[in-house]
Amino acid sequence: MSSKKNISLFNKKILIQALKESFYKINPLQLIKNPVIFIVAIGAMLTTVIVLTGLLHGNYSSFNLQIAIWLWFTVLFANFSEAVAEGRGKAQADSLRKNRTQTQARKRQGNKEVLVYATDLKKGDVVYCTAGDIIPSDGEVIEGIASVDESAITGESAPVIRESGGDRSAVTGGTKVISDSILIRITSEPGDTFIDRMIALVESAKRQKTPNEIALSILLSGLSIVFLLAVVTLPAFFGYNLNASGQPSSQNLSLPVLIALLVCLIPTTIGGLLSAIGISGMDRLLQRNVIATSGRAIEAAGDVDVLLLDKTGTITLGNRMATDFIPAEGISIEELADAAQLSSLSDETPEGRSIVVLAKEKFNLRGRDVHQLNALFIPFTAQTRMSGVDIGSGQDSIHQIRKGSADAIRSFVQNNNGFYPQKVQDVVADISRQGGTPLVVAADNKVLGVICLKDIVKGGIKQRFAELRKMGIRTIMITGDNSLTAAAIAAEAGVDDFMAEAKPEDKLRRIREEQANGHLVGMIGDGTNDAPALAQADIGIAMNTGTQAAREAGNMVDLDSNPTKLIEVVEVGKQLLMTRGALTTFSIANDVAKYFAIIPAIAIVLYAGKNGAGPLSLLNVMNLGSPQSAILSAVIFNAVIIVLLIPLALKGVQYRPVSATSALTRNLLIYGLGGIIAPFFGIKIIDLLINLVS
Amino acid sequence: MTILELIQVILFFALLIGLTPILGNFLYKVFIARKHFLYPALGWLERLTYKAGGINPDEESNWRTYAFGLLLFNFIGFLFLFVMQLLQSHLPLNPAHVRDVSWHSAFNTAVSFMTNTNWQGYSGETTMSYLVQMIGLTVQNFVSAATGIAVLLALIRGLTRKTTEQLGNFWVDLTRSTIYVLLPLAILFSIVLTGQGVIQNFHSYQTVQTLTGKTQEIPMGPAASQIAIKQLGTNGGGFFNANSAHPFENPTPFSNFLEMFAILLIPASLTFTYGKMTGSVRHGWTIFTAMFILLLAGLCVSLYAEYHGNPIFGNHALMEGKETRFGITNSILWSTSTTAASNGSVNAMHDSLSPLAGMVAMVNLMLGEVIFGGVGAGLYGMVIFIILTVFIAGLMVGRTPEYLGKKIEAFEVQMTLIAILLPSIVILVFTAWASVSAPGLASLNNNGPHGFSEILYAFGSAAGNNGSAFAGLNANTVFYNLALGTAMLIGRFGVILPVMAVAGSLARKKSTPVSSGTFRTDNWLFIALLIGIILIVGGLTFFPALALGPIIEHLLLMNGITF
Repeated sequence: MSSKKNISLFNKKILIQALKESFYKINPLQLIKNPVIFIVAIGAMLTTVIVLTGLLHGNYSSFNLQIAIWLWFTVLFANFSEAVAEGRGKAQADSLRKNRTQTQARKRQGNKEVLVYATDLKKGDVVYCTAGDIIPSDGEVIEGIASVDESAITGESAPVIRESGGDRSAVTGGTKVISDSILIRITSEPGDTFIDRMIALVESAKRQKTPNEIALSILLSGLSIVFLLAVVTLPAFFGYNLNASGQPSSQNLSLPVLIALLVCLIPTTIGGLLSAIGISGMDRLLQRNVIATSGRAIEAAGDVDVLLLDKTGTITLGNRMATDFIPAEGISIEELADAAQLSSLSDETPEGRSIVVLAKEKFNLRGRDVHQLNALFIPFTAQTRMSGVDIGSGQDSIHQIRKGSADAIRSFVQNNNGFYPQKVQDVVADISRQGGTPLVVAADNKVLGVICLKDIVKGGIKQRFAELRKMGIRTIMITGDNSLTAAAIAAEAGVDDFMAEAKPEDKLRRIREEQANGHLVGMIGDGTNDAPALAQADIGIAMNTGTQAAREAGNMVDLDSNPTKLIEVVEVGKQLLMTRGALTTFSIANDVAKYFAIIPAIAIVLYAGKNGAGPLSLLNVMNLGSPQSAILSAVIFNAVIIVLLIPLALKGVQYRPVSATSALTRNLLIYGLGGIIAPFFGIKIIDLLINLVS
Repeated sequence: MTILELIQVILFFALLIGLTPILGNFLYKVFIARKHFLYPALGWLERLTYKAGGINPDEESNWRTYAFGLLLFNFIGFLFLFVMQLLQSHLPLNPAHVRDVSWHSAFNTAVSFMTNTNWQGYSGETTMSYLVQMIGLTVQNFVSAATGIAVLLALIRGLTRKTTEQLGNFWVDLTRSTIYVLLPLAILFSIVLTGQGVIQNFHSYQTVQTLTGKTQEIPMGPAASQIAIKQLGTNGGGFFNANSAHPFENPTPFSNFLEMFAILLIPASLTFTYGKMTGSVRHGWTIFTAMFILLLAGLCVSLYAEYHGNPIFGNHALMEGKETRFGITNSILWSTSTTAASNGSVNAMHDSLSPLAGMVAMVNLMLGEVIFGGVGAGLYGMVIFIILTVFIAGLMVGRTPEYLGKKIEAFEVQMTLIAILLPSIVILVFTAWASVSAPGLASLNNNGPHGFSEILYAFGSAAGNNGSAFAGLNANTVFYNLALGTAMLIGRFGVILPVMAVAGSLARKKSTPVSSGTFRTDNWLFIALLIGIILIVGGLTFFPALALGPIIEHLLLMNGITF
């Protein structure tokens, strides 16, 4: 993850823009998308009208005015939260498309070349890009090879190779060709590139609600209806009791008081923050350099319970490394290391280099000048299946040092009339069984020993898998290795299952099997032959270095092309759902305290004794100053809590990789119990302040 | 409260916990059509029923067809009962020569018995002929309970089946639960009750000379057979007006104990059956525990309120309106059970409960009768609350909420809310209407908050399909007969239809296997959550109404003011 993309929560520019936006968003057409806040706006409007007509008739009510003001603030605060989230998301997205807007492209028309604006390019157009050009839109290289600087989107400064055919043919709009030239076929319509789609996901006006958001909105609307009824029927109940206690019906509840009660009861906190939570979820993905093509995808990420992980790059470092020298009988380990190092000095393969490194680390053997030794490097060929050096000058004094597969060295030694010891054969078998690759070293007719090459499992990955297991996510390692090797690495890395000698169609089959058993599967891939599996998986993350086919098939693109990203994406998805649940619980739990503030305040007149306080004032457990201040405090608390929770909505609740039960216990204590208790204190404090001021 | 009473309460609950798995296991065998000990004896009756009705028991249907069958069956039952009441003076078995029932009372009663509410705006001995009581009311007592079980079974199939439309066969579910469960239990129970002295005859009413020399007419009738099912099927409609406070319905302490116990028996056992059918007996016990805690809490509050006295009576138990044969503890244990379990029979007048004990009864009604609740109905109502709980809290584990492996999505949430909203709307809107309109207020016998409680209770009882009355309210008027009838219809089918829709939608889904990332629904945390959601959602909806009824009455009582 590139840190440059972390935007401070208190970025001034975004906040000022968001403040303006909060007022624009009072537009009813926008508000109606959020039923809870829409109800608040209607209430605010009605209260304002009541205040104004009151003024016209000469009876000014400061209480009603304050209620009206705070109701408007509630609407503004909700708008503000959405605007801040939007602003942050846009800032991320803008940094991605900065370069693109004014780009001109050399479009091929027949044999001619015409200059057009990047925004005018259509799917299927072919453009020519040469060194120094900015690639105008997402596309696929159809001819040529070039190095491309993708730092604009990935933050990685090293250029990458893009060539026609093969698995590295996709290019992204906004990146820059730095050498050679290529022909690109544009693969997306204007305004429909990955980045455009991403931007649409963080702009509330264009944003589609995700399935879980829709379900939650239904819940919030339903609760609002319940409370609307509880409030609408209240004057009837109240009127009955006024009548019964012989009080005039003019003492019945006023509309502003009823509206205040309604607004306090409906779930304004979660209602106000819901879209901010959704947008900031996308934003957190962007921070990790992952572009999602739909909001649905990020939710599904939270549900994924099976991860298909490629061994190479995800679980292991990618190349086999020498880990051990095992000398043959009668040979010292130094002798073996020396020979192994000599044979590998000119070997530029990662395996060869790792042997040199191991020799240096273990026996402090430094690099030697190959020319001084008069050494002739013998490279690896498919026929000999060995590599090595010939040292020395003159026909007789030449030493032949070779390393290679056990079979190849056996025939080499036997051809030199040497003896291939059984003990070495045992060591070779042993290493194979443990998932390593044995390389046997020989000098002329003598077997010196075995070098053990191993896949190195990434540091900390075992811990990561254990965490995933706790969260109920199963990991499956995919590898082309034989099952012996695969089993050994799987055990070392701590994955739950593995698929050895896996072909792309095996992946697809496995995904279908898992899905048929009710699992949701996530995978990451790059090649064209991964595309069917990426499309079939519930979460398919395509690497940005991959082919266009893969990028189209998946529902996310990882700009860093880092296979471990899959795990982070799952975490972002879970955190998003948790934040929604936590704030919904908090919002509903808040209502208990609000009832205890408002009901005694409004019912104080019923069956009032000589002191003017009716029996229900006993429910005033917070001992609030006056009925007016009680109602006002509840309304103010209700508005202010939205602002206070914006940082939480944007950052998400604290996420820990633990089991469902412990996550639930923790969140329940904080947001459930806390949600019941906190407003009692909050309302009391606001009430004290109000009574202090007046 | 005496030690003896305490022992009786403990025995009551111990027996409930002990019999739950035994009867629950038997129900399980009946519902999944496994061989059980009653099959050889009654199998012929089941087969005969299918033959007579032209039913293919192997044919299953989707939720719409299932629900349509249910509605059709209930509608025919309603029509039959409605017409029979209107014509009863022309029909046989009417030794007391009662007249035809008024159209609005007949409507109310027909709806009431069809919906398993058994609200009685009439008084049995002066209104209904033996024929109507037996063929009309008692039959509905059986089939309305069986209807509740059928809905529950469809819901269970929705939860356990994968990617299918089929939810079973309504007629088979109805037949099996009637023949193997309700009939045998009711027959057994009515024999025991007759042994205790509950009357069962076709005599005409007896005129006797009392000790004070006056003449009194004593009603007779086939009571025991109706009382057995009225208790077992969570119906509650008494043979006589005084219900189980009447010595012919409830003659001895033993019959009182059994009748109380019968209220909770089947609803409690169904939690075990549910657990077993959904593959987690532990989950069944979890639901049982949540219900049990709510029941116990209500009982404790009520007992405290009754025994604690008030400034007017001093520190004496409130005996006014209670049956002296049974005493306070038995009256309260009954009132709590009958309102929790959607039964509605009474052995004391709820109008005479202390305000807080009255409130507990009202809360039981308003929560939608999910504390054990009606036969079948209580459990599917509870599942509605479970789905709501799972949805709200389930998000907090970081996954799309799921219940028993089925994802809870927009459609389920929508249906769940409708099922919770409709009865609540009915209670609030009708109560508001009645408390400000002339026909609503004209029926009141008490004023002040107590009068308000009477109205609130009546609509709570109707919408919750409970059927018990706070009394003190003359409900046999056109206004109340129609309003309460409507409330009962919405309270019943406004829940059944959304539940069926949920069942249909869940059956179509795949099932996610359980892992450590799954939201657990079988531990103490879930029990606490479920209770919390029920109380908060129910409480928030009705707190203002309760504050202006029983709560304010209680506070006024503490100041020595009564109504």
